[in-house]
Amino acid sequence: MLAAVGVRTVDELLEVIPPHARRPSLDAPAGLSELEVAAEVVALASQDRPAGNGPFFLGAGSYRRYIPAAVPALAARSEFLTAYTPYQPEVSQGTLQAIWEYQSLIAELLAMEVANSSLYDGSTAVAEAAMLAARVTGRSRVVVSASVHPEHRAVLATYAKGPDLDVVEVADEAALLLAAPGAACLITQNPAFRGDIVDLRALAEAAHAAGALAIASVDPIACAVLEPPGACGVDVAIGDGQGLGIPLSFGGPSVGIMAVRADLVRQLPGRIVGATRDARGVRGFVNTLQTREQHIRREKATSNICTNEAVYAIHAAVYLSLLGPRGLAAVAARSALTAHRAAARLASIPGCAVTNAGPFLWEFTLRLPRAAAAVRDAVLAFGIVAGHPLTGDDPNELLVACTELTTDADIDALADALTRVLA
Amino acid sequence: MSMVREGLLYSKEHEWVRLEGDVAFVGITHFAQEQLGDVVYAELPEKGAAVRQHSSMGVVESVKAASDLYAPVSGEILERNIKVIEKPELVNLDPYGDGWMVRVRPTDRGELGVLLSAAAYREHIGESPGTGGD
Amino acid sequence: MRRSPESGARTAEPALEPLLVELARAGRGGGHVPDADASAVIPARFRRTVPLALPELVEQQVVRHFTHLAQLNYSVDTGFYPLGSCTMKYNPKVNDRAAALAGFADLHPLQPEADTQGALRLIWELERLLAGITGMAEISLQPAAGAHAEFTSLLMFKAFHAGRGEGARRRRIIVPNSAHGTNSSSAALCGYVVTTVPSDPRGNVDLAALRAALGDDVAGMMLTNPNTLGLFEEHLEAVMAAVHGCGGLMYGDGANMNALLGIARPGDLGFDVLHLNLHKTFSTPHGAGGPGAGPVCATPALAPYLPVPRVIRSEEGRFRLDSQRPQSVGRVRAGHGNFGVLVRAYTYIRQLGEEGLRATGEDAVLAANYLLSRLRPTFDVAFDRPCMHELVLTLAAQKSAGASALDVAKALIDEGFHPPTVYFPLSVPEAMMIEPTETEPKETLDAFADALLRIAALVRTDPAAVRAAPLSAPLARLDEVRAARNPALTWERASS
Repeated sequence: MLAAVGVRTVDELLEVIPPHARRPSLDAPAGLSELEVAAEVVALASQDRPAGNGPFFLGAGSYRRYIPAAVPALAARSEFLTAYTPYQPEVSQGTLQAIWEYQSLIAELLAMEVANSSLYDGSTAVAEAAMLAARVTGRSRVVVSASVHPEHRAVLATYAKGPDLDVVEVADEAALLLAAPGAACLITQNPAFRGDIVDLRALAEAAHAAGALAIASVDPIACAVLEPPGACGVDVAIGDGQGLGIPLSFGGPSVGIMAVRADLVRQLPGRIVGATRDARGVRGFVNTLQTREQHIRREKATSNICTNEAVYAIHAAVYLSLLGPRGLAAVAARSALTAHRAAARLASIPGCAVTNAGPFLWEFTLRLPRAAAAVRDAVLAFGIVAGHPLTGDDPNELLVACTELTTDADIDALADALTRVLA
Repeated sequence: MSMVREGLLYSKEHEWVRLEGDVAFVGITHFAQEQLGDVVYAELPEKGAAVRQHSSMGVVESVKAASDLYAPVSGEILERNIKVIEKPELVNLDPYGDGWMVRVRPTDRGELGVLLSAAAYREHIGESPGTGGD
Repeated sequence: MRRSPESGARTAEPALEPLLVELARAGRGGGHVPDADASAVIPARFRRTVPLALPELVEQQVVRHFTHLAQLNYSVDTGFYPLGSCTMKYNPKVNDRAAALAGFADLHPLQPEADTQGALRLIWELERLLAGITGMAEISLQPAAGAHAEFTSLLMFKAFHAGRGEGARRRRIIVPNSAHGTNSSSAALCGYVVTTVPSDPRGNVDLAALRAALGDDVAGMMLTNPNTLGLFEEHLEAVMAAVHGCGGLMYGDGANMNALLGIARPGDLGFDVLHLNLHKTFSTPHGAGGPGAGPVCATPALAPYLPVPRVIRSEEGRFRLDSQRPQSVGRVRAGHGNFGVLVRAYTYIRQLGEEGLRATGEDAVLAANYLLSRLRPTFDVAFDRPCMHELVLTLAAQKSAGASALDVAKALIDEGFHPPTVYFPLSVPEAMMIEPTETEPKETLDAFADALLRIAALVRTDPAAVRAAPLSAPLARLDEVRAARNPALTWERASS
């Protein structure tokens, strides 16, 4: 090959590089065989405690759920995993139809008209939704409720420094509705970070009365049993799709969901797949409405996103196809029923109380007689992950989540451990 | 179809203007639609909007390009062509006819002086066969 | 690649594979989770009242459906995928196995630090490895993709200048005309005004134009090096000096870092902030469009602005998260970034080691120059000098002969290859950008070159045949105009 190129060494091709910078040391260790590297990562992974190792009540935006065996078997097939963005639709129909079906499934689940093909995650979806609202309304004030995941609010605050949005955080849903006048959007989350079920109809009414957009970050599985955002008049529905057959993976990758009313489709960030026909009249799918995107519109694009979370959107599509409406409602219902049994049991421990102001779904706030972080650590010694210590005004609050994997034996174990720790 | 119609005024950004009394019809030229390719979407200013000469007043899009539509004259929008919004291919099929985009009432007819004649526009596109607009 | 109609589903129109809704029948499915009804615990006013019309299917149907779809895809595991600027190298399978280990895949982002020492350590170690590879001081692995990293980095620029009282004044970002579209778009998202500078006749940034564009209102410049023409910037030191001289910062878009692995370190070249694409340079699978990961690498002067939390190691060798960084731009993603991608990249780097990394850069450059030597006699090269890891042809002559770069790309499908990137960079007419990567053997490069030469010959004799391609793909060319004029974005709309 060198001879064909007309050089004796590769170095002759690199003379353009400033001599002082050529051929640096990388400070990297020597290479390993596959056997050796496999052993090394196993050793690293064994320093972690997998969520499935014992009773697990930690949620707070990421949930340990049952992943049907067929989900990774199909969605992680290497024809999906090792393809690129479908730039050549004739040889990418697998990706394109699967993503189009993901869009359709998400639109149906959220009762929205159009979904995009994915964003990075739930947190960046909040920021993208806020920027969308600012573009549509020509306003820069974004009002966000404390019911939104604190890390998502943090990401929103960071993003806001770019387009110079004025982010106002309010303490609860009542304050959110009152802050509508002059706002680009009102943003809430359902179920709220503390587990409460939120009234999205009130959100939409207040936002629309003030000419603002109603934005709801929703758990897609909760939409199987709760009135979905589209049926409540929400303009932009977002969320994190991790629960849809995607492993926890220390928080990522997952899939960022975004769905809108049809008339907002040209303001959507990210890729969108549309149906069409080929030259022979056969149905096919292509990336469409691309003039919204960075590679065409550059500084006027609706977002800078290009790489997204496509293969995890495909995981979500497979998951939803497998479970169907009955299975999905069962996942949500089983999680909720178990959580209500857990709440009743834990609230019966002396000094403990459930502090959600209204109805909750599958996650609730338990007030402990002592600092929640310390109690969580003490319960950990029993091999139980008790939940997420809240960092708000009350350091004694613990956020406890149940999923369809939580058993009555898990609840008993947590109740016993808490009783002993608090005794 | 001839590339450039006689009797119209042209902007360097490839819009044409046809005066009918105190009203101006505006569209994009044959050259512009050809550069752009199949038009799939047009976003046009609403009735009553005030537009300023040389400022963007809308967008015309093909599959792979988006082109700003610049106001060739300042004025008030009297009408936008709903047919073009519903059937964007009219811009390709009949750019000087059914593919017109807006009707404007010019506020300063003096501005028309900076527009090009058909001959001058022909020379303009001969010299700069760039893209159709943006 | 094949078709499936044995499912018996009636499709609304001729189709390769029925839609889920066309396969579904009411009442099917179930068995994955026990049935349950939540009405007892959800007040009526909050319950779903609108129908939930998800398709109802048995598992076997779902398995066949997605298996058929997978078979319609071209992928790196199927064949050569020389998509320029995307680095479609082979993705070793051990990396996927590592990411699937229970200690990584079944780990919650908010578990106590005592339970996540392995994951935190992996993050910390990967940051050290990438620091060595890039010559940068500190790294954040939080951004989920290259564009996300660009945005993060420009926020860091903004914070840096604001910290020196120059935030209001420095409003412009310089971007070369060969840059990826994300650069302009990320800069605009950050509130910056973009100034584009042209290329010179050798494919470098036009130095005179750059100097003319600079001033004390410039926040910085975004530079891909090697650039999107596959060329190393010949006046790099002059570009650096000019931008730094006016108080601007240099941003390195690391999309093309594969060319420099072990050959040069952006930190030594003078960049202030750099992003990497783990899904390009470090072999993590592209996932049909994602996920990726876009680490942001900073010099000591810019490191205080990196996103939080950071992973730090105590003297006892314990790892913990640190958010006490008052100058940080803040959080740009929940959790710890695309951790599953980080595990794969870590595994890849450890397996290659120092020598393997160096060989990667060398072999990538050699492969591209070898293809260049095979194609140069027949095709026009955008800028004819040794390239780095990719080469850019200009098919203007073929277009005049009757077949465009797109036609040639489609003809490559019939030859069994995924087409290269076409019509990018925008500054090259009828551009075809070929990135072979280091993981392809010479036989594959030769087969690809032979195919392109055959197509070039066909363009001369029968361009209509080239325009008719592809004939062997699952579908013929798709009507993108129809898709854009009448958007059918869900099955609801497709059926109406």
